[in-house]
Amino acid sequence: MNYMEVKFKSESVNESFARVCIASFCLQLHPSVDEINDIKTAVSEAVTNAVVHAYPKNCGEITMRAEIEGNMLTVSISDNGVGIKDIQKAIQPFYTTCKSDERSGMGFTIMESFMDSMDVEKNGESGTKVTMTKAFSSNNVEQVLSHTHQIC
Amino acid sequence: MVKLKSKIYNGTLYVLLSGELDQHSASYVREEMDHAFGSGIFKQVIVDLSELEFMDSTGIGVLIGRYKKLKDRQIPIYICNPSTHAEKIFKMTGLYDIMPKIV
Repeated sequence: MNYMEVKFKSESVNESFARVCIASFCLQLHPSVDEINDIKTAVSEAVTNAVVHAYPKNCGEITMRAEIEGNMLTVSISDNGVGIKDIQKAIQPFYTTCKSDERSGMGFTIMESFMDSMDVEKNGESGTKVTMTKAFSSNNVEQVLSHTHQIC
Repeated sequence: MVKLKSKIYNGTLYVLLSGELDQHSASYVREEMDHAFGSGIFKQVIVDLSELEFMDSTGIGVLIGRYKKLKDRQIPIYICNPSTHAEKIFKMTGLYDIMPKIV
């Protein structure tokens, strides 16, 4: 099993950092372009939620931890912010607490659809932890190996 | 980092988005598109996404917000050249129902 963990400030500029970070970590799984885009999008949604909702007044800390076991990626985004009052309600499509801010309310739906699984739970006293998993297609490894053999 | 270019040609406002559209860049895109909406006379808007490298659900919120702004003026918005990734998000969220894709 391989893993990595990064902590960063809940500034929106760090959303792209989190996307690049998870994409780089996943390269060892020889992902397809679609798989990388799915993971980058799911992570971007989770980090954006933490930036916008977890720390509405002051900046806080966001932790991203990822593990690779075989061809399976598990990634969690956690914060120590204000938490989600009703998680079941929050994960419904089009649900948003900030309608005036032009939010689509589709963040959790995209995370659920782009990954194989998604779990939202409390993180300690008040924060939120989103854990997602995705199995990578082993065909990609064969494609890369096949391509490498051709080159060599 | 996101960039936006716009121009009016033959009654159509063309908007070209490039770079990454997320929460960090959303306010810039909102302001620039709204500025373009007030910059001349046009009958329709075409948003070209051929150079957009990344977009998440924040982008959907931005586009729906622009749709609402132009709805009262009865000016339609169309999407062209979305990436496979953007197309996946548009289909999932039903954005094409209000902002059809044109070839």
